[in-house]
Amino acid sequence: MLCTFILLVVSFLVNSAKRPSFPPSCVGAAHEFLALVDGQCSYCRIRETNRTYCILYLRSNMLKSKTFVKKTRSGGVMKIVREHYLRDDIWCGSEICTECKQESTVLQKDSCIESDLCSSPHYLVPDTNVVLHQIDVLEDPLIRNVIILQTVLQEVRHRSAPVYKRLKDIIHEKEKHFYTFTNEHHRDTFIEREPGESANDRNDRAIRVAVKWYSHHLDTAESDGLKVVLITNDQGNKEKAEESGLLVYKCEDYIKSLLANPELVDRLALTNDETKDISSSKVLFPEHLPLSRIQMGIKGGTFLQGTFRASRDNYLEATVFVQGEGEETTEVILQGLHNLNRAIHQDVVAVQLLPREEWVAPSSVVLLDEREAKDEDDTEEEEKEKAMKIIADDAARKPTGKVVAIIKRNWRPFCGMLNSSLIKESTRHLFTPADRRVPRIRIETRQAAALLSQRIMVAIDGWPRHSRYPHGHFVRSLGAAGDKETETEVLLLEHDVPHQDFSQAVLSFLPKMPWSITPEDMAVREDLRALTVCSVDPPGCTDIDDALHCKTLENGNFEVGVHIADVSHFIRPGNALDLEAANRGTTVYLCGRRIDMVPELLSSNLCSLRSNVERLAFSSIWEMDDKANIVKTRFTKSVINSKASLTYAEAQLRIDDTNMNDDITNSLRGLNKLAKILKRRRIEKGALTLSSLEVRFHIDSETHDPIDLQTKELMETNSMVEEFMLLANISVAQKIYDEFSECALLRKHPAPPPSNYDILNKAAQSKGLAIHTDSAKALADSLDMAKVDGFPYFNTLLRILATRCMMQAVYFCSGMDSNFHHYGLASPIYTHFTSPIRRYSDIMVHRMLAVSIGADCTYPDLTDKHKQSALCNNLNYRHKMSQYAQRASVAFHTQLFFKSRGIVNEEGFILFVRKNAIIVLIPKFGLEGTVFFDNKDKTGPKLVFDEEGPSLMVEQHIFKIFDKVKVTISLDDSNVQHQKIRMSLVEPEIPGVSVPVPEVGPMAKKPKLDV
Amino acid sequence: MAGLELLSDQGYRLDGRKATELRKVQARMGVFAQADGSAYIEQGNTKALAVVYGPHEMRGSRNRTLHDRAVINCQYSMATFSTAERKRRPHGDRKSTEMSLHLKQTFEAAVMTQLYPRSQIDIYVKVLQADGGNYSVCVNAATLAIIDAGIPMRDYVCACTVGFVDETPLADLCFAEESGSSLALALLPRGGQIALLQMDAQLHQDHLEALMDAAMTACKGVSKVLDEVVRRHLQEVSVLTGE
Repeated sequence: MLCTFILLVVSFLVNSAKRPSFPPSCVGAAHEFLALVDGQCSYCRIRETNRTYCILYLRSNMLKSKTFVKKTRSGGVMKIVREHYLRDDIWCGSEICTECKQESTVLQKDSCIESDLCSSPHYLVPDTNVVLHQIDVLEDPLIRNVIILQTVLQEVRHRSAPVYKRLKDIIHEKEKHFYTFTNEHHRDTFIEREPGESANDRNDRAIRVAVKWYSHHLDTAESDGLKVVLITNDQGNKEKAEESGLLVYKCEDYIKSLLANPELVDRLALTNDETKDISSSKVLFPEHLPLSRIQMGIKGGTFLQGTFRASRDNYLEATVFVQGEGEETTEVILQGLHNLNRAIHQDVVAVQLLPREEWVAPSSVVLLDEREAKDEDDTEEEEKEKAMKIIADDAARKPTGKVVAIIKRNWRPFCGMLNSSLIKESTRHLFTPADRRVPRIRIETRQAAALLSQRIMVAIDGWPRHSRYPHGHFVRSLGAAGDKETETEVLLLEHDVPHQDFSQAVLSFLPKMPWSITPEDMAVREDLRALTVCSVDPPGCTDIDDALHCKTLENGNFEVGVHIADVSHFIRPGNALDLEAANRGTTVYLCGRRIDMVPELLSSNLCSLRSNVERLAFSSIWEMDDKANIVKTRFTKSVINSKASLTYAEAQLRIDDTNMNDDITNSLRGLNKLAKILKRRRIEKGALTLSSLEVRFHIDSETHDPIDLQTKELMETNSMVEEFMLLANISVAQKIYDEFSECALLRKHPAPPPSNYDILNKAAQSKGLAIHTDSAKALADSLDMAKVDGFPYFNTLLRILATRCMMQAVYFCSGMDSNFHHYGLASPIYTHFTSPIRRYSDIMVHRMLAVSIGADCTYPDLTDKHKQSALCNNLNYRHKMSQYAQRASVAFHTQLFFKSRGIVNEEGFILFVRKNAIIVLIPKFGLEGTVFFDNKDKTGPKLVFDEEGPSLMVEQHIFKIFDKVKVTISLDDSNVQHQKIRMSLVEPEIPGVSVPVPEVGPMAKKPKLDV
Repeated sequence: MAGLELLSDQGYRLDGRKATELRKVQARMGVFAQADGSAYIEQGNTKALAVVYGPHEMRGSRNRTLHDRAVINCQYSMATFSTAERKRRPHGDRKSTEMSLHLKQTFEAAVMTQLYPRSQIDIYVKVLQADGGNYSVCVNAATLAIIDAGIPMRDYVCACTVGFVDETPLADLCFAEESGSSLALALLPRGGQIALLQMDAQLHQDHLEALMDAAMTACKGVSKVLDEVVRRHLQEVSVLTGE
């Protein structure tokens, strides 16, 4: 009825004596105000022709004003007045409705969810708490035709951002038929808060009014007995709804009544019915304080707010990182179940510091929560707690505290496995998450037998005071445990890596095949097809994003070019493909599997700079003299035709082979020569060369099982390519920063705080060496000097330790930060430009560079520093998670490898010494493992731990860092979920501790390598 | 706590309007007997009074006299009680001075000043309650007051504030919506000439066109309402004078 979108709302201020002239039939009629719609009075239906636009003379009750008081930041009280317009053009969204003039409907006519309780078709209206707690159920494909009221949506938005996001995702999904009804602005469903009524009560009433309106509205001849059902768990609300004649069910009752899918019951979140349980068992945990006291406490300094990080190794210990003034953070240690007080990894908590004399040192014990679910006595726990508390001197003691309240829960669905229950028919089970920092969760399920050997997902619902474990519910099953597919799925889910197939919307933005370079492309690009360009990559690489060339100019200088795949030509800003890539952030490389950031057509074909095909590139071309000084730099979009795709080894062979003198080889030699100079200069400036062991699996081509593994070798050509990539990145960083000083996407690597170097210093001192860590240059120099005679591997070990002292390099937006320095590379400015196929940051940098050379146009989000900053946060998060996922994947494949190899004896070095264990690194496999000295069942050997060394005396033998040991490696699959590599000591021989040298098991399979 | 959702997925704004819809406008002309022209306007919760004196002889410093046209003198002020927190200085601060200048520029473009050489026209506007779009509401009020005073103008001057949220232009912003980028446009709607265009936020140029279109449409919407008000006022007056 509002045909034009300008709703002009006019009413009269004139008093009754001066009322304007109405059309004759309206004057004196029963209505006091004139309602004209589309030039027609909606009461008298008389058409008035001289009005061309549509005016709605609203009745005076269509405008409400919302007044409320708000506390301001400075503590004052502010009165806020807002207008609130009511409308009569909000439609019900149902197919059966003939009254509403809606263009498209969401809710289906035959909305059939078969249920015992309600046999006729019905629409569901959940209230806020049902949405908040039972979002897992709502997400099920079975639940369709749901009306989400605006009141509910707003409350959910206010109370939980993650649930709000999930709810919005459901609403957007067409097959779910979720309709949002803007009841707060609807003329008939808006209600005002009554005096003395709380905000919650008002909202409940608003929901009831809306449901009532729907029932009446849809109660027409065509409706076929269609019902509207209110779903609530609130007893009071339910009673009131029944009083006013609404159809209302409790969530549990309704879900249980569903005929189609009885498994859905398992997904119901357990509502903690405090009254029922409180008598049944004793209270285990202290109460959480109310929010008001927490706020006062934090302001007054008695409580500290921070993020709770559970310890990976010890389930009774955790740290809370408290953000202090500015940059500094303090760590507070929490020990013991009581002090952890139901906080779960990643929650934001309030902690209270204990008195100084109760402070403890972080224990170096490795403790796993492995006891049976049933035993409720706490004696064992207390003993363990006692065992942890060592009498440490004052220096080692750290601030210690206890959790007094949880400010924000940060629960997500957890992957893991069900523990087998002692009683077969029991419906209550314990679930062990894959992440060891998360406690076990108690769930109720009737399909336990089927789920036992499977990996499942479980969400936490709550953690009552009298329960040893949090309560949760089953979400879905991922597949059989130990299965390679399932395990990969688990590690992708646990690391939040988006890995679904690309949607049709995303694929629709791909270029149409067959694709070729058009004359329009050629017109705006430099034609570099004649150049001798080649690419050098690891073997088996299909997403080639960089290629190089080098030629001698007439003046004796060199022209060096780095050509990068022009991905930003194919991915245009703002479309679905771009958004998907921005969300994924990076390609994730797992062993034997790659999770692409962009669809394969781009990553392995159109963008990949393969040899002997014409490809679009973004080139950075320098003129350099023979001392590798840059004379001139330019950037251009280009077309190239790579002459060869080489592996590092092939390129190295060509350079070394004096018989070869073709263009490609000469070009490589030129590059290699310049790269050496560049590298030397960079190291002189203080760039660090660190070390970490990377392993490569040889994967069986059919079964995809790992059959051999070797550490990656580095050749001269690796560093050649790396040098030019660094050079390109630095040049581009400078260019885009000059152009976009406020919003350039850069990468920085902060210098680590001095305390990070403690381990390194201690380690070096044990060999009588000193490491200077005042600057990157000093560190690099002293690492070079650190050599021990007869121990060639020492230097590598030291570099591995140094790597662990470093901070994480991060992306940031230049307008939001002032410190750009890259510590590791000793460069004042740095960014990522050279791998746009696998990193989204590079795509952004490409776009900025394209704008700054006038090759492409700018777009709004590119210059918005807040959006850039948000993007950087996502990229950093994805980058971190992808690294963790890669490590987890390597670990999983290492296990598979040792499973097939049986028991192996290897030499290794001690990397760290703990209170009851040593951590050993096996250089051959790049593998790290823990050798435990205490034993669960029997009394262990005598252990004396020295904090200062650090050293550990086992019986008579003293273990120190860097000691060489011999261990046997085998797979411990006693716990299916946490299969781990078990190492036991072989040499030095300690009676009662070390094991005899076992026979090396026969190889399970003849290895056939596919390199 | 999440911030305000300025535009819901269903296309409704905080107060229930759609993106292009204006607030409820109520206006009255001739509210004061002693001034030459006066008007009171309410645009949603923003309320303003405008009073016009003149054209009359130059007062105060005569050296400002222009020999070919009239001088327009504007003064903008906000009532101490117009905002949620009481304000000490109702006028004379930098913001008010700037606003006065903007108003002056706007009306120099619209009033036919060349008809009154060597004279002066005073326009005083006071915001009684501020809830977004103060400049626009003042321009609309002043337009009505000038018409009430019988001073010839090229056209109505209609003003409206528009903002940009979630890639969508919003017309006639209320205070809560004004935090982001907002653009104020004063338009002579018949010819589509711009009397004043002001924006002091960052906006990408790609969005400017959409925003301008929305502003123009909104101003034309306002002009219809103002026209209605003027016609009604004349009708009433003519009834009272017995013509």
